[in-house]
Amino acid sequence: MFGADTEVEQADVILLWGSNAREAHPIFFHHVLEGLANGARMYAIDPRRTSSAKFADRWLGLSVGTDIALANAMGREIIAAGLHNPDFIARSTQGFEAYAAHVESYTLGWAAEQTGVPAEAIRDMAHAYATAPKAQILWTLGITEHHNAVDNVVSLCNLALLTGHVGRWGSGLCPLRGQNNVQGGGDMGAIPNKFPGFQDVADDEVRAKFEAAYGTELNGVPGKHLTLMFEAMEAGELRACYVIGENPADSEADVEHARKLLAGLDILVVQDIFMTRTAEMADVVLPASVAWAESEGTVTSSERRVQRVRPAVPPPGQARHDIDIIGEMARRLGVDWGHPSSRELWDEMRSMSPMHAGMSWERLEASGGLQWPCGSEDDPGSEFLHGWLWADDLEGHDPAPFSITHHAPPKEELSDEFPLRLTTGRALDSYNTGVQSGGYASPIRYGDAIDVNPADAAELGVADGERVLVSSPRGSVEMDVRLQPDIPTGLTFTTFHFPELVDANVLTNDEWDPRSGTAEFKAAAIRISKLEPEPAPA
Amino acid sequence: MTDTTITETAVTITIDGQPVEVAEGSTIHAACVEAGIDTPTLCWAENLTPVNVCRVCVVELEGSRALVPSCSRPAEEGMVVQTDTPRVRHSRRMVLEFLGSGVDLSQADDLHHWIKAYGADPDRYGTDGHPVERVEEPVKVQDELYIRDYSKCVLCYKCVEACGDDAQHTFAIAVAGRGFDARISTEFDVTLPDSACVYCGNCVGVCPTGALQFKTEYDLREVGEWRPDDQTVTRTVCSYCGVGCNLDLHVQDERIVKVTSPADHSVTSGHLCIKGRFGWQYVHGE
Amino acid sequence: MAAEGAENGADGCQSGCVSFVLRGLAAEDAESGVDGCQFDDMTDIYLGADRATEPEVAAVDAALGARGVDPVVRPETERLYTSGRSRRRERRHFLLPALHALQNAAGWISPGGINYVAEVLDVPPAEAFGVATFYDLFRTEPPDHEGDTFHVCVDAACQIAGYDDLAASVRASGGHVHLGPCLGQCERAPALFVQGSGGRRDYVPADDEPFELPQAGEESLRLLRRIGVADPSSLESYLAHGGYQALRRAGEMGAEAVLEAVAASGLSGRGGAAFPTGIKWRAVAAETGRPKHVVANCDESEPGTFKDRIVMEQDPFAVIETMAIAGLATGAANGWIYIRGEYPLATARLQDAIDAARAAGLLGPDAAGTGHDFDIAIWRGAGAYICGEETALFNSLEGFRGEPRNKPPFPTTHGLFGEPTAINNPETLLNVGDIILEGPDAYRSRGTERSPGTKLLCLSGKVGRPGLYEVPFGTSLGDLLDLAGGVAGNGELQAVLMGGAAGSFVGPDSLSLPLTLEDTRAAGTTLGSGVVMAFDTSDDMTAVVVRIAEFFRNESCGQCVPCRVGAVRQHETLVQMQRRGSLSPARRTLIDEMAEVMVDASICGLGHTAASAVRSALDLGLIASAPSR
Ligand SMILES: Cc1cc2nc3c(=O)[nH]c(=O)nc-3n(C[C@H](O)[C@H](O)[C@H](O)COP(=O)(O)O)c2cc1C
Ligand code: SF4
Ligand code: SF4
Ligand code: SF4
Ligand code: FES
Ligand code: FES
Repeated sequence: MFGADTEVEQADVILLWGSNAREAHPIFFHHVLEGLANGARMYAIDPRRTSSAKFADRWLGLSVGTDIALANAMGREIIAAGLHNPDFIARSTQGFEAYAAHVESYTLGWAAEQTGVPAEAIRDMAHAYATAPKAQILWTLGITEHHNAVDNVVSLCNLALLTGHVGRWGSGLCPLRGQNNVQGGGDMGAIPNKFPGFQDVADDEVRAKFEAAYGTELNGVPGKHLTLMFEAMEAGELRACYVIGENPADSEADVEHARKLLAGLDILVVQDIFMTRTAEMADVVLPASVAWAESEGTVTSSERRVQRVRPAVPPPGQARHDIDIIGEMARRLGVDWGHPSSRELWDEMRSMSPMHAGMSWERLEASGGLQWPCGSEDDPGSEFLHGWLWADDLEGHDPAPFSITHHAPPKEELSDEFPLRLTTGRALDSYNTGVQSGGYASPIRYGDAIDVNPADAAELGVADGERVLVSSPRGSVEMDVRLQPDIPTGLTFTTFHFPELVDANVLTNDEWDPRSGTAEFKAAAIRISKLEPEPAPA
Repeated sequence: MTDTTITETAVTITIDGQPVEVAEGSTIHAACVEAGIDTPTLCWAENLTPVNVCRVCVVELEGSRALVPSCSRPAEEGMVVQTDTPRVRHSRRMVLEFLGSGVDLSQADDLHHWIKAYGADPDRYGTDGHPVERVEEPVKVQDELYIRDYSKCVLCYKCVEACGDDAQHTFAIAVAGRGFDARISTEFDVTLPDSACVYCGNCVGVCPTGALQFKTEYDLREVGEWRPDDQTVTRTVCSYCGVGCNLDLHVQDERIVKVTSPADHSVTSGHLCIKGRFGWQYVHGE
Repeated sequence: MAAEGAENGADGCQSGCVSFVLRGLAAEDAESGVDGCQFDDMTDIYLGADRATEPEVAAVDAALGARGVDPVVRPETERLYTSGRSRRRERRHFLLPALHALQNAAGWISPGGINYVAEVLDVPPAEAFGVATFYDLFRTEPPDHEGDTFHVCVDAACQIAGYDDLAASVRASGGHVHLGPCLGQCERAPALFVQGSGGRRDYVPADDEPFELPQAGEESLRLLRRIGVADPSSLESYLAHGGYQALRRAGEMGAEAVLEAVAASGLSGRGGAAFPTGIKWRAVAAETGRPKHVVANCDESEPGTFKDRIVMEQDPFAVIETMAIAGLATGAANGWIYIRGEYPLATARLQDAIDAARAAGLLGPDAAGTGHDFDIAIWRGAGAYICGEETALFNSLEGFRGEPRNKPPFPTTHGLFGEPTAINNPETLLNVGDIILEGPDAYRSRGTERSPGTKLLCLSGKVGRPGLYEVPFGTSLGDLLDLAGGVAGNGELQAVLMGGAAGSFVGPDSLSLPLTLEDTRAAGTTLGSGVVMAFDTSDDMTAVVVRIAEFFRNESCGQCVPCRVGAVRQHETLVQMQRRGSLSPARRTLIDEMAEVMVDASICGLGHTAASAVRSALDLGLIASAPSR
C-alpha cells in the first residue's frame, strides 16, 4: 500500500471503504483503533454494517456496486463547496477541469438515489474528508472485487488528488492486501507484464538489462493474468498449467466452470503444501514446504515492508523447498541453476531491481523489515509514497492525472427471478478457501451460512437456521439461513471459507475487471427458496 | 518520522547518585534502564499503558512522602531518585511476599530471581497455624486454544489492557469484584467461547505468571514435557493476510508449541490475531 | 484504565456548555429519551443471548430518559447509522444510574439487564459486570429472598450499640438483613438502611423521626446556623435566612477576588486531607481551553462520619449555593454531587433544592445573575468507601470501577473526564459562604492561626448526646466531650477514635488536646473527617479493632498489591490474636512491616491509613496488652 500502518493513528478523518479490516486485517485495524482513540472520525462505506463499520462514527450502507456514484458525488460536493485544494491541484495534478465537468452531473440527490444513502450523509462525509487536516482512505476487496475494480480505485484516488490527502504523513490512500505476500509476488515480477521491481517487460531498455544479466533472450509480450488464462483454456489456447500455491478449483468465481476447464487441460502440475481440490485434479503434484515456517526467504506486506521468513521446523516427508523444486525443474528442462541460497537469489534480485537495491540481507536480518523504495544501503526506506507530489518540481514526475469514471451498476441485474443481491467476504478466524485456517480448532467458527435481513426472511417465510436453496443464474447450493439485522433488506451475504460445506463461489459472478483481472465476487443476483419437505419415509 | 518535527528535549535526573539523561516524557524506570539499574516490574510492559498497580517497581523520590512507581512516573528535570534504600527494598520484598502468599507464583519465571534477591518469604504468613486466604480456583479449560488458571493470577491487569483499549478493543474480560475477591472475569463468568473473546491470544501473550496459557503449553506441562531449555525461537512472518505480522515460533521437538510476537515491532506491538496466533497447526498436518 | 474519559473528543466545546448538555445534566425533554426497543447487535460489542425483562427495560429507559440520554448507536435510516467513540464517551457515565435502575427494578443486576444497558450505552458487558460487582449495593446473583434488603451497620459505633439486636429484630419481622459498613448514622446507632427492590424506593426508618441538632439556635453556630431554623425544603425560607447573598456577593466581587478571599481565609479541606482550598481553586482557575468541573464529594463513608449527611438533609440549598460560588471562582460550568447511595433523604432534598434553584434562575445560564453559567447534577454511589477518594470518585462517576488513579496528575488538571476539577467536601464549601459574606479577616477571628474557622465534629459512641457539633478550632477534646454530655456508658473513658477508621485512637490522657490540625498532627493523630467516637472501659476494643481491620479488607479496591493483600493479612493476624488472646513479638513486627509497605507503596489514602488505627490501638495497649494465657 501507499502508506505505513502507523500513519492511520495520526489521521483526523478515516474513510474505511469496502473493507472489513476488523476481521480481514485485524492487526492493521489495531492501528485504526489507535487513530480513533486519538480522536479520528471514521466513516465506513460498506453495504453491510460490518464489525469494522460498527466502530465508525457513521456507517453509509451504500447499495452494492455504487461506489463510483458515491465517490464522484463526493468529488462534486467538495468542488461545489469550494473545499478542494486549488494550489495542490494546479501544481501536482492534471485533468482537473475535465474531472470537474464530468462529476458535475453526480449531484447529491442523484447519488442518494443510486446508493440508498441519504444526501446529507454524503455531504457530511465529503466535507469532513475535505476539511480534515489529515485524512486516509482505506480499502480492500469490497472495492477491488468488482467488474469495474480499477475504476472504483481511481475514483477514490481522485478524491485524494482533489484535497491533497496524499503523499504526506497521516494523509493517504491505503489498499490493504488480502494475502501475506501478494505485494511481494508483484514486487518480484509475478505479474504478467512486469519484471521484479515493477519494471515493464515491454520496455526494451529494461528487457535488455535483464537479458544481459541472464545471458538469454526474454519475451517482451506481457503474459496473461488468471482470468485471461481461464479464457485461454476455454478457447483451447492454453493446454498446460503449472500452479504454485493456488487453489483455483475452489477459489475462482463460478468454480464449476473453472473446474471443467482445469479438467480439460493436457497437463496440470500443482506445487502445494496441501492436497487441495486443484491438486487432486493434477497430473503431477509436487509437495512443497511451508514458506513461512519451513524455508528461508522474504515476504512483503501491504505497507511494502520486506521482512524475512525463516525455517523453524523441517518440512515433512518428501516435501521440498520451492527453490529446490524449481531448480530441479530447470535441471530437467536442461539448464543448471546450481543450488542458490535464498540470500544469493535475493542479492541477485536487488542487483536488478532499483527499488530493492538498498535492502541488503544483513539489513533485513537486523531490522523489523524495510519499506521500499530503498535505493541504497544508507536509505532508511520509505514510510509512504508519492511524497513527490508536494515537491516543487514534482521530482521530475508528470503531474498526477485525474481519472474519469462512470457509475455502472453491477453487471448482474436483479430480476424477478433473482431478486436478492449476494455479496461475499471473510470471517475473522478463517482465510480464503480455508485450507490453512481449517487446521486449528477455532472456538468462534460458525460455518458458512447465508446472512439475510430479518424482514426479508419474514417475507420469504424462512426462519433462522433453516436450510434453504440459494440459486444464481449459474447454479444452486443449499445453505443455512442466519438472520442478520446488520445488513439492509435486499442484500445477502456469505463467506467463502468452507468450500466443502458450501460452494458459495458457484453462485458468484465471473464477470471480471478487464484491467486488474479480478472477478466480481461481490455482486451476484440470487434467489432464496424453501426446500421441499423431505418425502415421508415409506 | 512524521512531518511534524518533534524536538526532543532531554531531562537529567539523579539515580543513586548518578546523573542520567533521558528524553522528556520518559519514565523513571526508563531512566533506570538507561543507567543500567535493574528494576523489577510486573504490571508494566512496553506495549501497554502503565497501570502502576503491582508496586514492585517503587523507588524513593526526594520530596515525595510515599514511594513512587518508577514504571509510570515521568522523569522530571532535577529529580533525585534512590532505588536501593532500605525502604525501597522493604516495599519490594513485601510486595513479592504478599503476592506469593496469595497466589501460585511457580510459573512466574521473571519474579523468581527477585524473590530471592530481596529475601522475600511468602510462607511466613501461614506459620504457626495461621490460616491464610489464598486464591484457589479450578483451572478453566474451555476450548482447545488456551486455559485460564486464576490461582496464578497476580491481577496485573495486563490481559485486560491487551483485550481492551491497549490493543484488541474486544473487552471480553475485565476486573470484577473488589479487594482480595477481585478476579479477571467475563460477564457473569460465562465461558470464553460464550463471551466476546475472539481468540487473538493477546492476553496470553502478556500474562507474566502462567495464569493464562496456550493449551499446547498447558498440555505439555501437565505431562511434564514442557522443556523451555530445549526450545528454539524463530522469527518469521505470518502466512495469512497482508499485514505482515512478525511471529516468534517456539519449537520443541520439531513441533511449534507456541507463537508470540515481538513487542517492539511497529506493526504488531506484540499483538496478533487468531490466525497468526493459532493458525499454524496445519504445518503439522491434520 | 480510565483513559476513555481523558479527552473530550472532537465535539468538545471550549466553554464547557456543550459537554454539559451532552452529558445530560438536566435535560428537560425527557421524552426524547430511549425508545425502549431492544435492538440486536447494534454495537461493536458482543452480547450474549440473555434479554432484559420488561420491567428492567422500563426502569433503564426511565432512568436514562429522564436524563435525556439516547442510545449510542442511532439508526438514521436502514442504510445510515450514527455511533462512534465520541458518542460512547459522552454516555459512559450513565452506566451507574442505569445499573441503579436495574438493581432497583429486579433486586439484582441480571445478565439480560446488563446486556440491555451494554447495548444502549455501548459498554462492553464484561466491563459493565466489572463495574456492577464493585459495589455493595449491587447484586449480580438472583436474590434468595423476596422484598427489600435491610442493611445493618456493623462498624464501631453500632458495634458497641449492639447492632446484633437490631439485626435480630429485623429478621424476626421477616426482613432480609445484610450486615455492612458504616451507614453514616452513627449518632443514632445501631443504624439501618432499607434498600428497595421491585421498584420500591430506598429509605431510612430513622428519617421519620424529627431531627434535632444538639446546639440548635446557639449564637456561636456558623455553618450550622440555619439548621433547625430554616425549612430545608423551602427556597423562600433559605432566602429569608440569608440564602444566596453569598453567591450574589461573589458575583459582584468577581472570580479573582473570590479566589483571593478564599486563599486569605486559610481554609483547608474538611474531607480528611486538609489541603488548602485556595491553592486548589487557583490551580483550576488557571486552566483554560477545556470544560471544567466542580464536584461536591458527598460520599461520606468514613466510619463515624455523618456531618455531610446532616448538612445536606437540613441545609441543602447551602451546598448548592456554595458549589455555584466554587464554579464562579474556578470558571467551571459543570457541578456534580456524588452522594453515597445510602443517603436517600439527602439525595431527595438536594434534588428538590436543585430543581427549585434552577426554576428560580439560581442555577443554569447566568446563575443568580452572576453572569456565570452553572448547573448541577446528582450521581449516586452504590456502596463503596473507596469512592470517597477523589480520583476513585471520578472513575466511579464516569462509569468505571471506583479504582483510585495514581497521582500526579492531580484533579486540578486531570479530574473528572480528565478535565480540570475542583473537588471539595460539602463542609469545605459551606465555609466559603461565610468567607465571602464576612471577609477573610472576620473568618479568621475564629479558630487558630494555622487552623482558622470552625469545625464540624461527629460525636458518637459513649457520649451523653451523640450528634453533630460545631466548635471553633482549638477547642479541647475534653471540652468537646463535655459539650456532648460527657462520657456515657459506665462513665469511664477508655479511648477516643479520632478521624474514623482511617484515623487513630487516643487515650483519656489526651483530653486536653486542642482540636486543631497542627496539634492533632503533633500528637500523632488526626481530625480527619471530624470523627470523635468515645469508648468506655466496658467496650471490647479488640473486637472494635478487628472490625476496623475487616473494614479495610472489605473496602480495599483491590487494585494495588500492598493494600489488597496487606489488608487481608493484617486482618488475619488480628483475628488470630483475638482468638489466642495475645500477639507474639514476631507477629507484632509483622504488623509493623505490613503497615510500612502499605503506607509507602499503596496507591491511595485507603492503603496509606489502613494500619493506622490498628497500630495506635496496639501502641496504646488497648488490645493484646496483657497476653492472657
Ligand atoms: C479512602 C478515602 C475515602 C475518602 N472519602 C471521602 C469522603 O467520603 N468525603 C470527602 O469529602 N473526602 C473523602 N476523602 C478525601 C478526598 O480524597 C479529597 O481529599 C476530598 O474530597 C477533597 O475535598 P476537601 O479539600 O474539601 O477536603 C477520602 C479519601 C480517601 C483516601
Ligand atoms: S491473568 Fe495474567 S495477565 Fe491477567 S491479570 Fe492475571 S496475571 Fe495479569
Ligand atoms: S496475525 Fe492476523 S493480522 Fe497479522 S498478518 Fe497474520 S492474519 Fe494478518
Ligand atoms: S491503596 Fe487500596 S484502595 Fe487504594 S488503590 Fe491501592 S488497593 Fe485500592
Ligand atoms: S511495574 Fe510499576 S507498579 Fe507494577
Ligand atoms: S452508622 Fe454504624 S458506625 Fe456509622
